[in-house]
Amino acid sequence: MSSLEKRSGNPVYKTIIYIVLVILAVLSLFPFVVMVINATRNTPQIQQHAVSLIPSHYLMNNWAVFNGKTFNPIRGFINSVIISSGATILTIYFSTLTAWALVAYHWKLRNAFFSFILAVMMIPGQITAIGFYQFMYKIHMTNNFLALILPAIAAPSCVFFMRQFMVATFPMELLDAARIDGSGEFRTFNEIGLPIMKPAMATQAIFTFVGNWNQLFMPSILLTDNNLYTMPLMVSQLRGDIYKVEYGAVYLGLTLSVLPLFVIYFALSKYIIAGVALGGVKG
Amino acid sequence: MKKTPKALSYAKYGYLFSLPFVIAYAIFSAYPTIYTAILGFTDCKGLGNTNWHIYTEDIWRNFRTILNNNTFKTSLSNTVVIWIMNFIPQIVLALLLTAWFTSKRNQIKGQGFFKVVFYMPNIITAASVAILFNVLFGYPKGPVNDLLVSLGLRSEAYYFTNNATASRWIIAFIQFWMWYGYTMIILISGVLGINPEIFEAAEIDGANDRQTFWQITIPNIRTILTYTLITSMIGGLNMYDMSKMFNNGNPNNSTLTVNVFIYNQAFAGSYMYNRAAAASMILFVLIAILSIVVFYLMRERTPKKIG
Repeated sequence: MSSLEKRSGNPVYKTIIYIVLVILAVLSLFPFVVMVINATRNTPQIQQHAVSLIPSHYLMNNWAVFNGKTFNPIRGFINSVIISSGATILTIYFSTLTAWALVAYHWKLRNAFFSFILAVMMIPGQITAIGFYQFMYKIHMTNNFLALILPAIAAPSCVFFMRQFMVATFPMELLDAARIDGSGEFRTFNEIGLPIMKPAMATQAIFTFVGNWNQLFMPSILLTDNNLYTMPLMVSQLRGDIYKVEYGAVYLGLTLSVLPLFVIYFALSKYIIAGVALGGVKG
Repeated sequence: MKKTPKALSYAKYGYLFSLPFVIAYAIFSAYPTIYTAILGFTDCKGLGNTNWHIYTEDIWRNFRTILNNNTFKTSLSNTVVIWIMNFIPQIVLALLLTAWFTSKRNQIKGQGFFKVVFYMPNIITAASVAILFNVLFGYPKGPVNDLLVSLGLRSEAYYFTNNATASRWIIAFIQFWMWYGYTMIILISGVLGINPEIFEAAEIDGANDRQTFWQITIPNIRTILTYTLITSMIGGLNMYDMSKMFNNGNPNNSTLTVNVFIYNQAFAGSYMYNRAAAASMILFVLIAILSIVVFYLMRERTPKKIG
């Protein structure tokens, strides 16, 4: 890249940069554009020309085809919302509480506990899936949302993030003031700690929710009942033979599965990008 | 101040408030980890089998079976190869974009927009993305073939998903496409965190863009590069959704990853929980060793005094 050495304001070099950026932007958007537009076209149209930028009017037909099979998108949507919201609430509340324990109090095992969290932060959950499945099977918790929600209480990386945020921003004098006013420790956390942590909680809530929404491995092991299927599990059925010739319906199914994520993303992209950047500084 | 008896009496709340985390971690993470490790040494197989025993003789049987299993070896090499095929282009592009976006000389406009668009694929469900790409690369009438033929780049449709090399490159491309935006944002935030005085000093010394990038920027974001490398490696070695959903490890196991292999051992009809557990532990140890090696190699060798 000898061009990197060019002096400032070199219009040729700058133009090249913009061209590359625009190509990459198109590359990011194009697959989703094809997906959404093909969701409105019927199979003969798609077979004739798979790429078109003009939407057609077969959306409702595709919906009918799609709803007639085993796929129940509304059920899947509700299941995913229940699991993702439940897990998110638990992760955010208990991670903030754990971070509070790490920051607001001086206890003997505090540093050891923090080191432990750092050590286990990187361990991926899939590694222990076999033991987890056997354990849940034994206590009859398969086909039970709680098996996917309760583990969210212990989220090491979220605790880490919350702790870093709290150390940097929390005014600990407030804690002493609350004590003088006779507030109990738990009440102080709920009424003073939580509100101050709101920005960090909001950022982490987005990532936790999206992360849980996108889960495939754990739900696919634990949930065998069709009525309990989450959105990604339902989407995985789109690979099945019954959809082999129904391209319009497949595109519609994919569109529906990612629609909530697009809504969340474009509504909150500013905070999401800022949150990702913040995550990087922690290294 | 902190050592007053009053402050000490509050210490119990530290234990109390971390208790929910500790209990949940013990039940849902630590216990299953130990359970998995133990299952690797047992005869636990068959659906719903809770009556299993630890092998009394030849205790490493499952581990040996897995390490000698050709499908496991294939899945391990696929996983590593696909990760490398995605990571190298990913880090190169992310670094290039970082250099462009943080360059004072070029003053790139619309950075907010580009960041939002580049990062977007990262939050979309991997399972949906994998199926979408499978359909996009469909044969003979998928959108990619449609484009290739109508633009005259090929005379006839190409059966991408039936070709081992093409399938691997497509999966590596999807991973690259989903993650370069994330890596870029992390690296940019790292560069913005460098003390600006260092750059000013370099400019006064007459360093050009390239020298500044290699001799100031890169050494100063070393920690973040290590973090990116390790997290990407752990994620890459654990890849499941993409391989499972794109083509279920096909054609001919050429895109089978270790986690899909583990899933197939345990849940796709054979119910070999013991072997799946042994394979999980092998992967776990491998990831731990590789992470430590990377960490060791990337450590700061000569403590620099900067600023």
